[in-house]
Amino acid sequence: MNPIIELEDLCFGYVPGELTLEHVNLTVMPGESGCIVGPNGGGKSTLLKLLLGLLQPTSGTVRLFGVAPDEGRRRVGYMPQYHLLDRVFPITVFEVVLTGRMNSWRPFWYGGEDRRAARRALDEIGLSQLADRSFSSLSGGQRQRVLIARALACDPELLLLDEPTANIDPGAEERFYELLEELRRRMTVLTVSHDLGFVNREVDSVICVNRRVVKHRAADFSAETADAVYHHHVGIIQHDHSCFCHCGEKDHA
Amino acid sequence: MLELWRELWMPELSFLRYALLLGLLASPVLGVIGTMVVTRRISSLAGASAHAALGGVGLALYLQRVFMWSFFTPELGAVLGALIAALVVGVVSLSASEREDTVIGVVWAVGMALGLLFLDRTPGYVDWQGYLFGNILLISPTELYLTLALDAAVLLPLGLFYNRLLAVSFDSTFAQLRGVRATAIYLVLLALTALTIVLLMNVVGIILVIAMLTLPAATSGFFARHLWAMMVLSGVLSAFFLTAGLLLSYFCRIPSGPAIVVLAGVFYLAALLLRRNRRG
Repeated sequence: MNPIIELEDLCFGYVPGELTLEHVNLTVMPGESGCIVGPNGGGKSTLLKLLLGLLQPTSGTVRLFGVAPDEGRRRVGYMPQYHLLDRVFPITVFEVVLTGRMNSWRPFWYGGEDRRAARRALDEIGLSQLADRSFSSLSGGQRQRVLIARALACDPELLLLDEPTANIDPGAEERFYELLEELRRRMTVLTVSHDLGFVNREVDSVICVNRRVVKHRAADFSAETADAVYHHHVGIIQHDHSCFCHCGEKDHA
Repeated sequence: MLELWRELWMPELSFLRYALLLGLLASPVLGVIGTMVVTRRISSLAGASAHAALGGVGLALYLQRVFMWSFFTPELGAVLGALIAALVVGVVSLSASEREDTVIGVVWAVGMALGLLFLDRTPGYVDWQGYLFGNILLISPTELYLTLALDAAVLLPLGLFYNRLLAVSFDSTFAQLRGVRATAIYLVLLALTALTIVLLMNVVGIILVIAMLTLPAATSGFFARHLWAMMVLSGVLSAFFLTAGLLLSYFCRIPSGPAIVVLAGVFYLAALLLRRNRRG
Protein backbone atom coordinates (compact mmCIF):
# COMPACT_ATOMS: atom_id res chain seq x y z
CA MET A 1 0.00 0.00 0.00
CA ASN A 2 1.37 3.42 -0.89
CA PRO A 3 1.18 6.18 1.67
CA ILE A 4 -1.30 9.02 1.13
CA ILE A 5 0.96 11.62 2.65
CA GLU A 6 4.71 11.48 2.55
CA LEU A 7 6.88 14.29 3.88
CA GLU A 8 10.60 13.81 3.62
CA ASP A 9 13.03 15.98 5.54
CA LEU A 10 10.84 18.99 4.93
CA CYS A 11 11.88 22.42 6.16
CA PHE A 12 9.89 25.59 5.77
CA GLY A 13 10.32 29.18 6.87
CA TYR A 14 8.37 32.32 5.98
CA VAL A 15 11.47 34.42 6.66
CA PRO A 16 14.95 33.29 5.60
CA GLY A 17 16.89 31.83 8.51
CA GLU A 18 13.80 31.32 10.63
CA LEU A 19 12.20 27.93 10.24
CA THR A 20 8.53 27.43 11.09
CA LEU A 21 8.86 23.71 10.47
CA GLU A 22 12.14 21.83 10.55
CA HIS A 23 13.18 18.40 9.31
CA VAL A 24 9.70 17.00 9.16
CA ASN A 25 9.26 13.36 8.25
CA LEU A 26 5.71 12.12 8.21
CA THR A 27 3.85 9.25 6.58
CA VAL A 28 0.11 8.72 6.65
CA MET A 29 -1.28 5.48 5.26
CA PRO A 30 -4.69 5.04 3.59
CA GLY A 31 -7.46 4.46 6.10
CA GLU A 32 -5.45 5.90 8.94
CA SER A 33 -7.28 8.53 10.92
CA GLY A 34 -5.24 11.10 12.66
CA CYS A 35 -5.46 14.22 14.69
CA ILE A 36 -2.99 17.05 14.17
CA VAL A 37 -2.43 18.92 17.43
CA GLY A 38 -0.08 21.57 18.69
CA PRO A 39 -0.04 25.04 20.18
CA ASN A 40 -1.06 28.12 18.23
CA GLY A 41 1.80 29.31 16.07
CA GLY A 42 3.38 25.86 16.20
CA GLY A 43 3.01 25.38 12.46
CA LYS A 44 -0.23 23.41 12.06
CA SER A 45 -1.73 25.67 9.39
CA THR A 46 1.62 25.93 7.69
CA LEU A 47 1.82 22.15 7.55
CA LEU A 48 -1.67 22.04 6.01
CA LYS A 49 -0.75 24.60 3.39
CA LEU A 50 2.39 22.66 2.49
CA LEU A 51 0.37 19.45 2.19
CA LEU A 52 -2.07 21.18 -0.15
CA GLY A 53 0.63 22.80 -2.26
CA LEU A 54 -0.41 26.33 -1.25
CA LEU A 55 3.13 26.88 0.05
CA GLN A 56 6.37 25.51 -1.37
CA PRO A 57 8.84 23.88 1.04
CA THR A 58 12.18 25.60 1.60
CA SER A 59 13.79 22.17 1.34
CA GLY A 60 12.64 18.57 1.34
CA THR A 61 9.70 17.03 -0.49
CA VAL A 62 5.95 16.70 -0.12
CA ARG A 63 4.06 13.89 -1.82
CA LEU A 64 0.31 13.58 -1.79
CA PHE A 65 -0.99 10.27 -3.17
CA GLY A 66 2.53 9.70 -4.46
CA VAL A 67 2.55 12.83 -6.63
CA ALA A 68 3.19 16.55 -6.20
CA PRO A 69 0.58 18.30 -3.98
CA ASP A 70 -0.90 20.47 -6.73
CA GLU A 71 -1.55 17.26 -8.64
CA GLY A 72 -2.75 15.11 -5.74
CA ARG A 73 -4.91 17.71 -4.00
CA ARG A 74 -7.90 17.09 -6.24
CA ARG A 75 -8.43 13.89 -4.26
CA VAL A 76 -8.55 15.85 -1.01
CA GLY A 77 -11.68 17.22 0.62
CA TYR A 78 -10.65 20.30 2.57
CA MET A 79 -12.72 22.10 5.17
CA PRO A 80 -11.47 25.52 6.32
CA GLN A 81 -12.79 27.38 9.35
CA TYR A 82 -16.02 29.10 8.44
CA HIS A 83 -15.15 32.43 10.00
CA LEU A 84 -12.38 32.93 7.45
CA LEU A 85 -15.07 33.34 4.80
CA ASP A 86 -17.07 36.45 3.94
CA ARG A 87 -20.05 36.53 6.26
CA VAL A 88 -22.41 38.27 3.86
CA PHE A 89 -21.46 36.71 0.52
CA PRO A 90 -24.61 36.16 -1.59
CA ILE A 91 -24.70 32.38 -2.00
CA THR A 92 -27.10 29.61 -1.00
CA VAL A 93 -26.19 26.50 0.96
CA PHE A 94 -26.66 24.29 -2.09
CA GLU A 95 -24.44 26.54 -4.22
CA VAL A 96 -21.71 26.33 -1.57
CA VAL A 97 -21.81 22.52 -1.59
CA LEU A 98 -21.83 22.46 -5.40
CA THR A 99 -18.49 24.28 -5.50
CA GLY A 100 -17.05 21.05 -4.08
CA ARG A 101 -17.80 19.51 -7.49
CA MET A 102 -15.58 22.00 -9.27
CA ASN A 103 -12.51 20.64 -11.02
CA SER A 104 -10.00 21.86 -13.52
CA TRP A 105 -11.21 19.81 -16.49
CA ARG A 106 -14.89 20.52 -15.90
CA PRO A 107 -16.88 22.02 -18.73
CA PHE A 108 -18.65 25.20 -17.89
CA TRP A 109 -21.69 24.00 -15.97
CA TYR A 110 -22.52 21.49 -13.29
CA GLY A 111 -24.32 18.37 -14.46
CA GLY A 112 -27.00 16.16 -12.94
CA GLU A 113 -24.43 13.90 -11.30
CA ASP A 114 -22.90 16.93 -9.59
CA ARG A 115 -26.27 18.00 -8.23
CA ARG A 116 -26.97 14.51 -6.94
CA ALA A 117 -23.56 14.33 -5.25
CA ALA A 118 -24.12 17.72 -3.61
CA ARG A 119 -27.53 16.62 -2.37
CA ARG A 120 -26.09 13.37 -1.00
CA ALA A 121 -23.41 15.29 0.87
CA LEU A 122 -26.01 17.63 2.39
CA ASP A 123 -28.12 14.64 3.40
CA GLU A 124 -25.16 13.08 5.06
CA ILE A 125 -24.53 15.98 7.39
CA GLY A 126 -28.27 16.31 7.98
CA LEU A 127 -28.82 19.77 6.55
CA SER A 128 -30.72 19.04 3.34
CA GLN A 129 -33.70 21.01 4.59
CA LEU A 130 -31.51 24.14 4.50
CA ALA A 131 -30.37 23.69 0.86
CA ASP A 132 -32.10 26.82 -0.43
CA ARG A 133 -31.31 29.00 2.54
CA SER A 134 -28.80 31.77 2.27
CA PHE A 135 -25.41 30.69 3.64
CA SER A 136 -25.12 33.91 5.63
CA SER A 137 -28.38 33.24 7.48
CA LEU A 138 -27.05 30.07 9.14
CA SER A 139 -25.56 29.74 12.60
CA GLY A 140 -21.81 29.26 12.92
CA GLY A 141 -22.14 25.56 13.60
CA GLN A 142 -24.44 25.06 10.62
CA ARG A 143 -22.06 26.92 8.35
CA GLN A 144 -19.21 24.74 9.52
CA ARG A 145 -21.22 21.63 8.69
CA VAL A 146 -22.07 22.96 5.23
CA LEU A 147 -18.34 23.31 4.62
CA ILE A 148 -17.91 19.66 5.60
CA ALA A 149 -20.63 18.76 3.09
CA ARG A 150 -18.73 20.72 0.45
CA ALA A 151 -15.58 18.75 1.26
CA LEU A 152 -17.57 15.50 1.00
CA ALA A 153 -19.03 16.53 -2.34
CA CYS A 154 -15.49 16.26 -3.76
CA ASP A 155 -15.71 12.46 -3.26
CA PRO A 156 -12.41 12.72 -1.41
CA GLU A 157 -10.05 9.93 -0.46
CA LEU A 158 -8.50 12.16 2.17
CA LEU A 159 -10.58 14.50 4.30
CA LEU A 160 -8.74 17.41 5.92
CA LEU A 161 -10.74 19.20 8.59
CA ASP A 162 -9.36 22.38 10.10
CA GLU A 163 -10.74 22.89 13.62
CA PRO A 164 -14.05 21.15 12.93
CA THR A 165 -15.34 21.26 16.50
CA ALA A 166 -14.34 24.79 17.43
CA ASN A 167 -17.70 26.21 16.36
CA ILE A 168 -20.14 23.33 16.49
CA ASP A 169 -23.31 24.15 18.41
CA PRO A 170 -23.32 22.30 21.75
CA GLY A 171 -26.43 20.30 20.83
CA ALA A 172 -24.98 19.10 17.55
CA GLU A 173 -21.68 17.93 18.99
CA GLU A 174 -22.65 14.32 19.69
CA ARG A 175 -24.17 13.90 16.25
CA PHE A 176 -21.05 15.41 14.77
CA TYR A 177 -18.70 12.95 16.43
CA GLU A 178 -20.86 10.11 15.13
CA LEU A 179 -20.59 11.52 11.63
CA LEU A 180 -16.81 11.75 11.92
CA GLU A 181 -16.54 8.16 13.05
CA GLU A 182 -18.69 7.07 10.15
CA LEU A 183 -16.48 8.95 7.72
CA ARG A 184 -13.34 7.45 9.22
CA ARG A 185 -14.59 4.06 8.15
CA ARG A 186 -14.81 5.20 4.55
CA MET A 187 -11.79 7.41 4.06
CA THR A 188 -8.64 8.78 5.60
CA VAL A 189 -9.55 11.63 7.91
CA LEU A 190 -7.11 14.14 9.36
CA THR A 191 -8.40 16.73 11.78
CA VAL A 192 -6.54 19.76 13.05
CA SER A 193 -7.14 21.08 16.49
CA HIS A 194 -5.42 23.83 18.43
CA ASP A 195 -6.32 22.45 21.80
CA LEU A 196 -6.16 18.83 22.73
CA GLY A 197 -9.86 18.63 23.47
CA PHE A 198 -10.30 16.91 20.19
CA VAL A 199 -7.82 14.10 20.54
CA ASN A 200 -10.80 11.88 20.64
CA ARG A 201 -12.26 8.48 20.26
CA GLU A 202 -10.76 6.04 17.91
CA VAL A 203 -8.14 8.05 16.11
CA ASP A 204 -5.19 5.92 15.12
CA SER A 205 -2.52 8.53 15.48
CA VAL A 206 -1.80 11.86 17.05
CA ILE A 207 0.46 14.12 15.02
CA CYS A 208 2.07 16.72 17.23
CA VAL A 209 3.26 19.86 15.50
CA ASN A 210 5.47 22.37 17.23
CA ARG A 211 8.23 23.33 14.80
CA ARG A 212 9.09 19.64 14.77
CA VAL A 213 6.53 17.02 13.91
CA VAL A 214 6.20 13.83 15.91
CA LYS A 215 3.63 11.14 15.27
CA HIS A 216 2.37 9.01 18.12
CA ARG A 217 0.07 6.04 18.03
CA ALA A 218 -3.04 7.22 19.82
CA ALA A 219 -2.75 4.35 22.27
CA ASP A 220 0.65 5.65 23.38
CA PHE A 221 -0.40 9.26 23.62
CA SER A 222 -0.31 10.22 27.26
CA ALA A 223 -0.04 13.18 29.55
CA GLU A 224 3.75 13.09 29.30
CA THR A 225 3.79 13.27 25.52
CA ALA A 226 1.29 16.12 25.54
CA ASP A 227 3.45 18.01 28.05
CA ALA A 228 6.46 17.56 25.84
CA VAL A 229 4.64 18.98 22.83
CA TYR A 230 3.27 21.99 24.63
CA HIS A 231 6.26 22.59 26.87
CA HIS A 232 3.99 22.99 29.82
CA HIS A 233 1.51 20.98 31.74
CA VAL A 234 -1.54 19.66 29.97
CA GLY A 235 -4.48 18.19 31.77
CA ILE A 236 -5.80 14.91 30.47
CA ILE A 237 -8.98 13.15 31.32
CA GLN A 238 -9.32 9.55 30.27
CA HIS A 239 -12.85 8.77 29.21
CA ASP A 240 -13.77 5.36 27.83
CA HIS A 241 -11.74 4.91 24.66
CA SER A 242 -11.09 8.54 24.16
CA CYS A 243 -8.71 10.86 25.72
CA PHE A 244 -10.00 14.34 26.32
CA CYS A 245 -7.32 16.77 27.18
CA HIS A 246 -7.21 20.43 27.84
CA CYS A 247 -4.28 22.68 27.75
CA GLY A 248 -3.61 24.45 31.01
CA GLU A 249 -1.07 26.86 32.39
CA LYS A 250 1.74 25.51 34.52
CA ASP A 251 0.61 27.00 37.80
CA HIS A 252 -2.90 25.77 37.11
CA ALA A 253 -1.78 22.26 37.68
CA MET B 1 -42.96 62.72 -20.32
CA LEU B 2 -43.68 63.02 -24.04
CA GLU B 3 -42.14 66.47 -24.06
CA LEU B 4 -39.08 65.16 -22.36
CA TRP B 5 -38.81 62.48 -25.04
CA ARG B 6 -39.20 65.07 -27.83
CA GLU B 7 -36.66 67.36 -26.28
CA LEU B 8 -34.16 64.51 -26.07
CA TRP B 9 -34.17 64.16 -29.85
CA MET B 10 -33.32 67.77 -30.54
CA PRO B 11 -30.17 67.84 -32.69
CA GLU B 12 -28.25 70.07 -30.29
CA LEU B 13 -28.73 67.53 -27.50
CA SER B 14 -26.65 64.80 -29.13
CA PHE B 15 -24.17 64.96 -26.20
CA LEU B 16 -26.94 64.09 -23.75
CA ARG B 17 -28.08 61.21 -25.96
CA TYR B 18 -24.52 59.87 -26.10
CA ALA B 19 -24.23 60.11 -22.33
CA LEU B 20 -27.55 58.36 -21.74
CA LEU B 21 -26.70 55.64 -24.21
CA LEU B 22 -23.25 55.19 -22.70
CA GLY B 23 -24.83 54.84 -19.28
CA LEU B 24 -27.24 52.17 -20.50
CA LEU B 25 -24.53 50.29 -22.37
CA ALA B 26 -22.17 50.44 -19.40
CA SER B 27 -24.75 49.14 -16.92
CA PRO B 28 -24.25 45.41 -17.55
CA VAL B 29 -20.52 45.79 -17.00
CA LEU B 30 -21.11 47.94 -13.94
CA GLY B 31 -23.45 45.33 -12.50
CA VAL B 32 -20.89 42.55 -12.90
CA ILE B 33 -17.71 44.42 -12.06
CA GLY B 34 -19.35 46.41 -9.25
CA THR B 35 -20.56 43.18 -7.65
CA MET B 36 -17.07 41.73 -7.86
CA VAL B 37 -15.49 44.89 -6.43
CA VAL B 38 -17.87 44.81 -3.47
CA THR B 39 -17.83 41.07 -2.72
CA ARG B 40 -14.08 40.74 -3.12
CA ARG B 41 -13.49 43.94 -1.15
CA ILE B 42 -11.24 45.65 -3.64
CA SER B 43 -12.96 49.04 -3.64
CA SER B 44 -9.91 50.91 -2.36
CA LEU B 45 -7.83 49.16 -5.00
CA ALA B 46 -10.35 50.39 -7.58
CA GLY B 47 -10.08 53.88 -6.09
CA ALA B 48 -6.31 53.85 -6.49
CA SER B 49 -6.68 52.64 -10.05
CA ALA B 50 -9.15 55.43 -10.85
CA HIS B 51 -6.93 58.17 -9.46
CA ALA B 52 -3.87 56.78 -11.21
CA ALA B 53 -5.84 57.08 -14.46
CA LEU B 54 -5.33 60.84 -14.16
CA GLY B 55 -1.59 60.22 -14.33
CA GLY B 56 -2.15 58.57 -17.70
CA VAL B 57 -4.44 61.37 -18.88
CA GLY B 58 -1.83 63.97 -17.96
CA LEU B 59 0.95 62.08 -19.71
CA ALA B 60 -1.18 61.62 -22.83
CA LEU B 61 -2.15 65.30 -23.11
CA TYR B 62 1.47 66.34 -22.50
CA LEU B 63 2.78 64.00 -25.21
CA GLN B 64 0.04 65.08 -27.61
CA ARG B 65 0.71 68.78 -27.23
CA VAL B 66 4.48 68.83 -26.75
CA PHE B 67 5.63 65.94 -28.94
CA MET B 68 2.62 65.87 -31.26
CA TRP B 69 1.95 62.21 -30.53
CA SER B 70 -1.63 62.55 -31.66
CA PHE B 71 -2.35 58.82 -31.36
CA PHE B 72 -1.78 59.03 -27.61
CA THR B 73 -5.28 60.09 -26.61
CA PRO B 74 -6.23 60.88 -23.01
CA GLU B 75 -8.47 57.78 -23.01
CA LEU B 76 -5.52 55.58 -23.98
CA GLY B 77 -3.43 57.23 -21.29
CA ALA B 78 -6.19 56.67 -18.73
CA VAL B 79 -6.39 52.98 -19.65
CA LEU B 80 -2.63 52.62 -19.20
CA GLY B 81 -2.58 54.47 -15.88
CA ALA B 82 -5.55 52.58 -14.44
CA LEU B 83 -4.31 49.19 -15.66
CA ILE B 84 -0.77 49.60 -14.36
CA ALA B 85 -2.02 50.84 -10.98
CA ALA B 86 -4.54 48.00 -10.58
CA LEU B 87 -2.02 45.32 -11.51
CA VAL B 88 0.73 46.75 -9.31
CA VAL B 89 -1.55 46.79 -6.28
CA GLY B 90 -2.97 43.39 -7.20
CA VAL B 91 0.44 41.74 -7.48
CA VAL B 92 1.50 43.30 -4.18
CA SER B 93 -1.63 42.03 -2.44
CA LEU B 94 -1.05 38.53 -3.82
CA SER B 95 2.55 38.35 -2.73
CA ALA B 96 1.74 39.93 0.63
CA SER B 97 5.25 41.30 0.79
CA GLU B 98 4.21 44.87 1.58
CA ARG B 99 1.29 46.37 3.47
CA GLU B 100 -1.48 46.46 0.91
CA ASP B 101 -3.25 49.58 2.17
CA THR B 102 0.01 51.52 2.17
CA VAL B 103 0.71 50.57 -1.43
CA ILE B 104 -2.85 51.56 -2.36
CA GLY B 105 -2.36 54.96 -0.74
CA VAL B 106 0.95 55.51 -2.52
CA VAL B 107 -0.37 54.52 -5.97
CA TRP B 108 -3.50 56.61 -5.40
CA ALA B 109 -1.63 59.83 -4.53
CA VAL B 110 1.42 59.49 -6.74
CA GLY B 111 -0.68 58.61 -9.79
CA MET B 112 -2.80 61.68 -9.31
CA ALA B 113 0.19 63.94 -8.53
CA LEU B 114 1.97 62.84 -11.71
CA GLY B 115 -1.15 63.67 -13.69
CA LEU B 116 -1.37 67.16 -12.19
CA LEU B 117 2.33 67.81 -12.87
CA PHE B 118 2.00 66.76 -16.51
CA LEU B 119 -1.13 68.88 -16.92
CA ASP B 120 0.69 71.88 -15.44
CA ARG B 121 3.47 71.52 -18.04
CA THR B 122 1.06 70.97 -20.91
CA PRO B 123 0.73 74.12 -23.04
CA GLY B 124 -2.71 75.48 -23.85
CA TYR B 125 -6.02 75.10 -22.07
CA VAL B 126 -6.87 71.74 -20.56
CA ASP B 127 -10.23 70.95 -18.99
CA TRP B 128 -8.72 68.81 -16.25
CA GLN B 129 -11.80 69.27 -14.10
CA GLY B 130 -13.73 67.35 -16.71
CA TYR B 131 -11.58 64.30 -16.07
CA LEU B 132 -11.89 64.62 -12.31
CA PHE B 133 -15.62 65.27 -12.09
CA GLY B 134 -16.90 64.10 -15.46
CA ASN B 135 -17.78 66.03 -18.59
CA ILE B 136 -20.33 64.42 -20.82
CA LEU B 137 -19.41 66.77 -23.64
CA LEU B 138 -16.24 64.71 -24.04
CA ILE B 139 -18.17 61.55 -24.92
CA SER B 140 -17.79 60.50 -28.54
CA PRO B 141 -19.46 57.72 -30.56
CA THR B 142 -16.15 55.83 -30.39
CA GLU B 143 -16.68 55.42 -26.68
CA LEU B 144 -20.07 53.88 -27.31
CA TYR B 145 -18.43 51.21 -29.46
CA LEU B 146 -15.72 50.67 -26.86
CA THR B 147 -18.41 50.21 -24.23
CA LEU B 148 -20.10 47.59 -26.38
CA ALA B 149 -16.75 45.83 -26.78
CA LEU B 150 -16.23 45.85 -23.00
CA ASP B 151 -19.75 44.46 -22.52
CA ALA B 152 -18.81 41.54 -24.74
CA ALA B 153 -15.43 41.14 -23.03
CA VAL B 154 -17.13 40.87 -19.64
CA LEU B 155 -20.41 39.08 -20.32
CA LEU B 156 -19.21 36.28 -22.61
CA PRO B 157 -16.53 34.94 -20.25
CA LEU B 158 -18.93 35.46 -17.36
CA GLY B 159 -21.50 33.19 -18.99
CA LEU B 160 -18.87 30.51 -19.52
CA PHE B 161 -17.01 30.79 -16.25
CA TYR B 162 -19.73 31.88 -13.82
CA ASN B 163 -19.39 28.80 -11.62
CA ARG B 164 -15.66 29.20 -11.43
CA LEU B 165 -16.03 32.88 -10.59
CA LEU B 166 -18.57 32.04 -7.89
CA ALA B 167 -16.32 29.39 -6.36
CA VAL B 168 -13.25 31.59 -6.42
CA SER B 169 -15.03 34.65 -5.02
CA PHE B 170 -16.64 32.74 -2.18
CA ASP B 171 -13.54 30.81 -1.13
CA SER B 172 -10.48 31.40 -3.22
CA THR B 173 -8.28 28.85 -1.41
CA PHE B 174 -10.81 26.06 -1.79
CA ALA B 175 -11.41 26.87 -5.46
CA GLN B 176 -7.68 26.78 -6.06
CA LEU B 177 -7.52 23.30 -4.53
CA ARG B 178 -10.26 22.24 -6.94
CA GLY B 179 -8.11 23.35 -9.86
CA VAL B 180 -9.51 26.83 -10.50
CA ARG B 181 -6.81 29.29 -11.52
CA ALA B 182 -7.58 31.79 -8.79
CA THR B 183 -4.68 34.15 -9.46
CA ALA B 184 -5.40 34.41 -13.17
CA ILE B 185 -9.07 35.14 -12.50
CA TYR B 186 -8.13 37.79 -9.93
CA LEU B 187 -5.77 39.58 -12.33
CA VAL B 188 -8.31 39.49 -15.18
CA LEU B 189 -10.88 40.93 -12.79
CA LEU B 190 -8.49 43.78 -11.90
CA ALA B 191 -7.85 44.55 -15.55
CA LEU B 192 -11.58 44.64 -16.34
CA THR B 193 -12.15 46.87 -13.31
CA ALA B 194 -9.55 49.32 -14.63
CA LEU B 195 -11.22 49.37 -18.07
CA THR B 196 -14.64 49.97 -16.51
CA ILE B 197 -13.25 52.89 -14.56
CA VAL B 198 -11.92 54.56 -17.68
CA LEU B 199 -15.19 53.96 -19.47
CA LEU B 200 -17.05 55.98 -16.87
CA MET B 201 -14.40 58.66 -16.56
CA ASN B 202 -16.25 61.14 -18.76
CA VAL B 203 -19.66 60.43 -17.26
CA VAL B 204 -18.96 60.66 -13.54
CA GLY B 205 -15.28 61.55 -13.37
CA ILE B 206 -12.23 59.88 -11.87
CA ILE B 207 -12.98 60.96 -8.32
CA LEU B 208 -16.58 59.81 -8.27
CA VAL B 209 -16.29 56.66 -10.37
CA ILE B 210 -15.60 54.56 -7.30
CA ALA B 211 -19.16 55.36 -6.19
CA MET B 212 -20.62 53.73 -9.32
CA LEU B 213 -18.53 50.63 -8.69
CA THR B 214 -19.71 50.26 -5.11
CA LEU B 215 -23.10 51.91 -4.43
CA PRO B 216 -25.35 49.95 -6.86
CA ALA B 217 -23.72 46.63 -5.93
CA ALA B 218 -23.77 47.34 -2.21
CA THR B 219 -27.45 48.31 -2.43
CA SER B 220 -28.30 45.07 -4.26
CA GLY B 221 -26.20 43.13 -1.81
CA PHE B 222 -28.81 43.84 0.85
CA PHE B 223 -31.41 41.90 -1.10
CA ALA B 224 -29.65 39.32 -3.28
CA ARG B 225 -29.35 35.67 -2.28
CA HIS B 226 -27.29 34.66 -5.29
CA LEU B 227 -24.21 36.24 -6.82
CA TRP B 228 -25.92 36.40 -10.22
CA ALA B 229 -28.96 38.11 -8.69
CA MET B 230 -26.68 40.73 -7.15
CA MET B 231 -25.10 41.32 -10.57
CA VAL B 232 -28.44 41.67 -12.36
CA LEU B 233 -29.97 43.93 -9.72
CA SER B 234 -26.92 46.14 -9.52
CA GLY B 235 -26.87 46.39 -13.33
CA VAL B 236 -30.50 47.53 -13.30
CA LEU B 237 -29.80 50.01 -10.50
CA SER B 238 -26.75 51.35 -12.36
CA ALA B 239 -28.85 51.96 -15.47
CA PHE B 240 -31.46 53.75 -13.36
CA PHE B 241 -28.95 55.90 -11.43
CA LEU B 242 -27.07 56.91 -14.58
CA THR B 243 -30.21 57.72 -16.59
CA ALA B 244 -32.09 59.52 -13.81
CA GLY B 245 -28.94 61.31 -12.69
CA LEU B 246 -28.12 62.55 -16.19
CA LEU B 247 -31.68 63.80 -16.81
CA LEU B 248 -31.71 65.45 -13.40
CA SER B 249 -28.42 67.12 -14.15
CA TYR B 250 -29.65 68.42 -17.51
CA PHE B 251 -33.00 69.73 -16.37
CA CYS B 252 -31.85 71.14 -13.02
CA ARG B 253 -28.59 72.44 -14.51
CA ILE B 254 -26.35 70.69 -12.03
CA PRO B 255 -23.15 68.75 -12.77
CA SER B 256 -23.83 65.18 -13.91
CA GLY B 257 -21.29 63.23 -11.83
CA PRO B 258 -22.42 64.53 -8.43
CA ALA B 259 -26.10 64.22 -9.42
CA ILE B 260 -25.65 60.52 -10.25
CA VAL B 261 -23.60 59.75 -7.17
CA VAL B 262 -25.88 61.54 -4.72
CA LEU B 263 -28.88 59.74 -6.18
CA ALA B 264 -27.11 56.37 -5.79
CA GLY B 265 -26.05 57.32 -2.26
CA VAL B 266 -29.63 58.15 -1.24
CA PHE B 267 -30.81 54.75 -2.46
CA TYR B 268 -27.99 53.01 -0.63
CA LEU B 269 -28.86 54.74 2.63
CA ALA B 270 -32.56 54.00 2.18
CA ALA B 271 -31.79 50.31 1.58
CA LEU B 272 -29.51 50.25 4.60
CA LEU B 273 -32.21 51.71 6.84
CA LEU B 274 -34.88 49.42 5.41
CA ARG B 275 -32.70 46.44 6.05
CA ARG B 276 -31.93 47.52 9.61
CA ASN B 277 -35.55 48.14 10.49
CA ARG B 278 -36.52 44.76 9.13
CA ARG B 279 -33.85 43.08 11.22
CA GLY B 280 -34.49 45.12 14.36
